[in-house]
Amino acid sequence: MPATPLIAYAHVGKSFDNGRVVAVDDVSLDVAEGEFLAVVGGSGSGKTTLLRLANRLIEADRGRISVEGEDVSRIDPILLRRRIGYVFQSGGLFPHLSVAGNIGITPRLLGWPQAEIAARVDELLDLVRLDRSQYRDRLPHELSGGQRQRVGVARALAAKPRIVLMDEPFGALDPLTRDALGDDYRTLHRELGLTTVMITHDMTEALLLADRVAVMHGGRLLALGTAAELAVSTDAYVGELLRTPRRQAERLGALLPRDATA
Amino acid sequence: MSDPRWSEALAHLPDYLGNHVRVSVAALALGLLISLPLAIIARNRPVLRGALLGLASIVQTVPGLALLALFYPLLLALAALTAAWLGFSFSAFGFLPAVLALALYSMLPVLRNTITGLSGVDPAVLEAAQGVGMTPRQSLMMVELPLALPVMMAGIRTAAVWVIGTATLSTPIGQTSLGNYIFAGLQTQNWVFVLFGCFAAAVLALVVDQLLALIENGLRNRSRVRTALGGLGIAALIAATLVPAFAHPQARYVVGAKTFTEQYVLSALLAQRLQAAGLPTTTRAGLGSNVIFDALAAGDIDVYVDYSGTLWANQFHHSDIRPRAELLSELKTTLGKQDITLFGELGFENAYALVMPKSRADQLGIHTIADLASHAATMSIAGDYEFFSRPEWAGIQKAYGLSFRAQRTMQPDFMYAAVASGEIDVIAGYTSDGLIAKYGLVTLADDRHAIPPYDAIVLLSPKRRDDEALKAALRPLLGKIDIAAMREANLRASGNDASSSPDAVARWLWEKVGPR
Repeated sequence: MPATPLIAYAHVGKSFDNGRVVAVDDVSLDVAEGEFLAVVGGSGSGKTTLLRLANRLIEADRGRISVEGEDVSRIDPILLRRRIGYVFQSGGLFPHLSVAGNIGITPRLLGWPQAEIAARVDELLDLVRLDRSQYRDRLPHELSGGQRQRVGVARALAAKPRIVLMDEPFGALDPLTRDALGDDYRTLHRELGLTTVMITHDMTEALLLADRVAVMHGGRLLALGTAAELAVSTDAYVGELLRTPRRQAERLGALLPRDATA
Repeated sequence: MSDPRWSEALAHLPDYLGNHVRVSVAALALGLLISLPLAIIARNRPVLRGALLGLASIVQTVPGLALLALFYPLLLALAALTAAWLGFSFSAFGFLPAVLALALYSMLPVLRNTITGLSGVDPAVLEAAQGVGMTPRQSLMMVELPLALPVMMAGIRTAAVWVIGTATLSTPIGQTSLGNYIFAGLQTQNWVFVLFGCFAAAVLALVVDQLLALIENGLRNRSRVRTALGGLGIAALIAATLVPAFAHPQARYVVGAKTFTEQYVLSALLAQRLQAAGLPTTTRAGLGSNVIFDALAAGDIDVYVDYSGTLWANQFHHSDIRPRAELLSELKTTLGKQDITLFGELGFENAYALVMPKSRADQLGIHTIADLASHAATMSIAGDYEFFSRPEWAGIQKAYGLSFRAQRTMQPDFMYAAVASGEIDVIAGYTSDGLIAKYGLVTLADDRHAIPPYDAIVLLSPKRRDDEALKAALRPLLGKIDIAAMREANLRASGNDASSSPDAVARWLWEKVGPR
């Protein structure tokens, strides 16, 4: 792992309702440049809060978060967000803007020239495998769930960020679309040299897509490691989370033997 | 359509419609200018939001007519303050109070719909706006307002329709509007005018509503053509109403009239005399009787006919009753202190009188108000909108010990028919009213002189004090109109045919009383 992490959490804490609800409790975590980190946990585990602390959609109470070596509390949150891509749960597209309008929004906020934005939009439509001429002028409600999420990814990448944060990006999609989109994104992550933090409640998805997986429970970081490292964890909750993918893998292995003929 | 009243109504349309559009558009623009920023500021502040919506709702419950009428004295006081402290004054008459009251009236739908529209935006979308790096202002302009637009526009359209409808009520505070048709028509039983005014206001409201719908549609579908067409339509409407204002030279003389038949006839007569003398004149009819005197004092109107007893009791708050001549000379002095000229009497009195059917009066042996006292407890009485709050009603009650079983307020023109049909036992009518003879009614004698004299007098505004041309034009009317002539004129004006328009009756009256 390189010496300077691209995102670093150090003893970060966040609570809501005047301290009654502790969402994130003393979490320290480094994300290396080029790494794909998945954060897994149930609802209320604090995983979404952890993600949003990075681009200051939520402000931390305690600890220090740095992005690209800078303390985020010293960066204008607006400028910080414009340089970090963010993919929302089920797209979060602006319903009154066309696909092109949605994708080009951050470049527009950054004051790019019109022509450059248009070229970038087309380039991104290619990247997320949506036909330029067919989709550019459509409105979000005219798209399928998968197409919407592709637009969401394109929008996050529009201003050429080094970091992409994803909040359960594929959670609402059917399994086939989800698999295809996951694979496509993984490819983009590698080819563009992105650093990605993805929130998911699905351990299988996390293991399949990410380099490392962080497990959150009750606001605390329970475990952090590669699939192999997690596999030897003694933590009961981590074991429980791994049981499903394991069982699925065993059963699929039995049902679909490698040497079977189709 | 062969009825000449249609063409007369049509002839007034550019003036009435133009003024109506101007006052409505100005009020709506002002209302939006205030409501939209307030709604945006209040959307995330629940306390402010509650207070604003509550306040706007309260304003909405104030009847339109009362709201408009309240603004006149308010502005008059304000104008006096600015004149005293800042050295400038402004006209509290007509346009300004109408615009302010209507703007206030337009606020509720705009506030409510803007707040509802903005708070109805999906939180996930707001989060996305923040996430892609929008400032709160960008989020408002690029996301929240566009998404709230349909709901906001619905509110704006409601406000526009309300304002255009309520603007018809700005006539009594001196703002010419389509309400001039309605007020004049109701007073002179000219149903053609009433219908014409209602219809014109309804068509205007519909047209503006549809133009706003076109703009909304254009904004929503990002169609510049539709937005531009709608905007162009509104602009054309405003431009069209401005043309007559520029084309016609501003009339120099303004004749005022209160809201009853006799006043419409007399103001038409005064205007005709001024015009015959080559003085460009316009009429502001249908003014509230609390507004008209102040309007004269402020120079917003130049001349009108009032009644000595009305001024004595209402304007100068005297409760004692003086003989006719003494009251007039006293009034002349008092008015002179305000630089208002009591130019002279027309020759008749339009006093209040207790009136009942002659047959019934004879049957009960009632000839004077004193005779009425013993029957009053079983009788009902009706009066116009002001009568029962006037000091002379208290005076009559006290002098004769009257106490009626029931007391009702009615539109003056319906009162006579009501007493003739027996629906009401006694009415507080007017001595100069032509309907007294028509319905076979009788006025009861006021032996104890509880009702002050009500000589019709011509008043001139301060700036016309030394206007010899004006005085020369009106002098032939002084002392020439006796009660019989005025009664007949009023009776003619209350008819429902072409020869009953105030202008026609005024010409008839001039034929009768003018020099031969």
